[in-house]
Amino acid sequence: MARIGVFICQCGNNIESTVDTKSVSEEMEKVPGVVFSCNYKFMCSSPGQEMLKEAIKKHKLDGVVVSACSPHMHEKTFRKACESAGLNPYRCEIANIREQCSWVHHDKTKKTGTVKSNDLTRMTIERLKRNRPLKKINIPVNKRALVIGGGIAGIQAALDIAEGGREVILVEKEPSIGGNMARLSETFPTMDCSQCILTPKMVEAELHERIKIYTYSEVEGLDGYIGNFTVRIRKKAKYVDEELCTGCGECIEKCPFKASSEFELGLNKRKVIYTPFPQAVPNIPVIDAPNCTMIQKGKCGVCAKVCGPKAIDFEQTDEIVEEKVGAVVVATGYELMPNERFGEYGYGRIKDVINGLQFERLASSSGPTGGEIRRPSDGKVPESVVFIQCVGSRDEAKGVSYCSKICCMYTAKHTMLYKHKVHEGQAYVFYMDIRAGGKRYEEFTRRAIEDEGAVYLRGRVSRVYERGGKVVVQGADTLSASQVEIEADMVVLATAIVSRTGADTLAQRLGIGYDRYRFYNEYHPKLRPVETVNAGIYLAGACVGPMDIPESVSMGSAAASKVLALFSADEMAREPIVAGVDKTRCNACWDCLVACPYSAIEKEEVKNRQGETVRWNARVNEGVCQGCGVCVAACRSKVIDLAGYTDEQVYAAISAF
Amino acid sequence: MKIPYYPGCTLNTVAKGFDVSARESARALGFEMEELGQWNCCGASFPLSPDNLMGLTAPAKVLASAARMGDAVTTLCSVCYNVLKRTNKALRDDGEKRSVVTGFIEEEYDGSTEVIHFLEVLRDRVGFDRVRESVKRPLGGIRAAAYYGCMLLRPAGEVGIDRHEGPTIMEDLLSVLGCEPVDFPNKIECCGAHLAMTRTDVVERLSGNVLESAVDRGAEVVVTSCPLCQYNLEKSQAKVAERRAGYRHVPVVYFTQLLGIALGQSDEMAGLAENRWDVRPLLEEKGV
Repeated sequence: MARIGVFICQCGNNIESTVDTKSVSEEMEKVPGVVFSCNYKFMCSSPGQEMLKEAIKKHKLDGVVVSACSPHMHEKTFRKACESAGLNPYRCEIANIREQCSWVHHDKTKKTGTVKSNDLTRMTIERLKRNRPLKKINIPVNKRALVIGGGIAGIQAALDIAEGGREVILVEKEPSIGGNMARLSETFPTMDCSQCILTPKMVEAELHERIKIYTYSEVEGLDGYIGNFTVRIRKKAKYVDEELCTGCGECIEKCPFKASSEFELGLNKRKVIYTPFPQAVPNIPVIDAPNCTMIQKGKCGVCAKVCGPKAIDFEQTDEIVEEKVGAVVVATGYELMPNERFGEYGYGRIKDVINGLQFERLASSSGPTGGEIRRPSDGKVPESVVFIQCVGSRDEAKGVSYCSKICCMYTAKHTMLYKHKVHEGQAYVFYMDIRAGGKRYEEFTRRAIEDEGAVYLRGRVSRVYERGGKVVVQGADTLSASQVEIEADMVVLATAIVSRTGADTLAQRLGIGYDRYRFYNEYHPKLRPVETVNAGIYLAGACVGPMDIPESVSMGSAAASKVLALFSADEMAREPIVAGVDKTRCNACWDCLVACPYSAIEKEEVKNRQGETVRWNARVNEGVCQGCGVCVAACRSKVIDLAGYTDEQVYAAISAF
Repeated sequence: MKIPYYPGCTLNTVAKGFDVSARESARALGFEMEELGQWNCCGASFPLSPDNLMGLTAPAKVLASAARMGDAVTTLCSVCYNVLKRTNKALRDDGEKRSVVTGFIEEEYDGSTEVIHFLEVLRDRVGFDRVRESVKRPLGGIRAAAYYGCMLLRPAGEVGIDRHEGPTIMEDLLSVLGCEPVDFPNKIECCGAHLAMTRTDVVERLSGNVLESAVDRGAEVVVTSCPLCQYNLEKSQAKVAERRAGYRHVPVVYFTQLLGIALGQSDEMAGLAENRWDVRPLLEEKGV
């Protein structure tokens, strides 16, 4: 016969105001199997828990029901208390008589609330009688991490994991790590030179003995589950042998052909064999195959001729590499909405209308103009520059509905960079609002407006077009209620931050979720911002949404801490509330496999002693199963069941109602 | 192929050349523009307030008349096109509005007629390839600036015969006729429209900007689809010449006039004499 203890919590006034807990506890004494019943003011408090443990020992309880708040709040607390008193934690169940009873009743006579609490508690007792003393599931953990994306967030995550003593594989699709931050000239609000603060981290990552970097590579597929992933990485052919190349750069100098530079965002050309920027890590050039005459037509080959170590190999092909890891951090970053989208600003065809990242390249000392602000059309120094904020952002009709967060800050920075380089220049900024919410951010924008002479006009720009070699900007200044026409030499658009092209494809390969803007979904935006609902896969940086460098770095470190916590034990303990298949009756229809949202069900082949396949059945991977129960509903033959919520338990609870 | 045709007031009077050149062009291309048996003025402006149903009654009568003749109606004047198309959408989307308006005008109309501009007919129902094949007198590479104005393009969701910030439909037609289309930034800017009656200074500024912009880009002729634009542009040339030294006057013609000439029409048919600035010397110069 069961020996169940029932504890009804008053939760101060929270529950007690509409539920007569004393009456409930007295009612429960009458239920067969209950040997102890009481009510108490605050069960979750220290004395409350002590009382629970005492009762377990004194009355030799083999099951506990606590009627209190939501299991989300304190199930863990009470199960821990039971465990420390020697009772299997899965023989402890919570009945929610707060959110699901007391809080939705207003009857101060307590009649209705008490009746429902009686029902809820009784149902839970019946369910608990059929609870089996489950044990946590232990799965082995491979203590290597994969970081996808070599921008600042990915680099930070990799460094932190490596410093924590674990191996990291960093995969980056460009020929060098560094991401968008490598394109910036100076960063707000400190005006640090971006590359100067980034390259030490890049080099540290390159030299770290526990970090292995794959550049010019992409993730093709991810299989497995937390602690046990297998990732397939495509190493795109560089046509350069990484072991032999010394990074001397002769091949780049002598290459006779050029193509548009992706790193310089089209403002400049680069050679067909190239490194994206001088501080590239690794400093190994790659050949842009579609534009290489040797690879396409068999003519040229100058680079191979001048290469001392003979590192050029035109026969190289893509290689697929498999790595086994225990956790994945996704840090793939962002792009800008293309200028071509904006008809009223010239469809990307006016040369002197550029976007924020292109302006960074002009301002950068290693950029196409050596750090001088010059018009892309004729190379002249612009005497006036108009900056337009909110291009595509906060625009449901033509762009995206969200705010891109960093543009107010970098536009203020741009006006200051421009002023520092062109003393007589005049900057104009068309804005809707100024969003400067970070530390020392507001003071930074104020400097641009008050000290550095930028003219800030609150209003939008309706048209930008060319006239007589100038760029005419027609906008509004709402604070003086007038129309404004500015004949500027250059226009910089603060275009919206968007998810990377291919973000959805990667997400599908990894099995993680994304929103309608193809930004990746966190487990909980407030309280679990670096995790996904997929166990073992973490997020960092702007692939989650627009954010600045401090946030990206913080997320990288946070993701790393999650990974290191996961790696802190050889085995991972998981909640045993998982599904299980009665293999003798499964007829392999695979409905459960198809229905499972976490891909936690596998096909299992059963062979006889001669090695012949006798039959197939479904098998639940306990490492991945989240206990949602969809498979139980899907199964036609009723052979799959959920531990802790078996059909039998559910029917028993309903019958007690 | 026959398509119901709504000329509108101006094409019946001061812009007769626009009307005749269009009809003759249609004939040359193998289809017939059948004038509506009964029609009235469209009102020339779409009601600015959504509950001004009175403004919808006149265009609704036109649409009802067209519905009796076929499933579509075409027009040439940009303003008529704008009014008819937007009225059609308002009546189609809002059942209550439709029943009130049709009840008032005492005519049946279910909103199913399609309102298409003549340029769209040429592009979609005839095809620019067929137009190219029918050209008898290619226009010698005249640098023609296609001026759209606003009525053909905005509001983008309701009207819009093409991409509203960078349309190319008229330029495509002009290329097929043998012209060299000139792109200029003010091609979608307003000419001043009705302000011709009350604020001529505004018209002179706006239309002046359009002309200057086109001529700066090398245009030899400005092509339009709206009698009001044509009037405003022609009238403003003098003022532009005053303020811009070296400004060259250019003829302002309707696109059907160039189309007609290219298809082999006579000068009278195309109504070239009625334009203030004669385009004939230019045509002769280019050997057309």
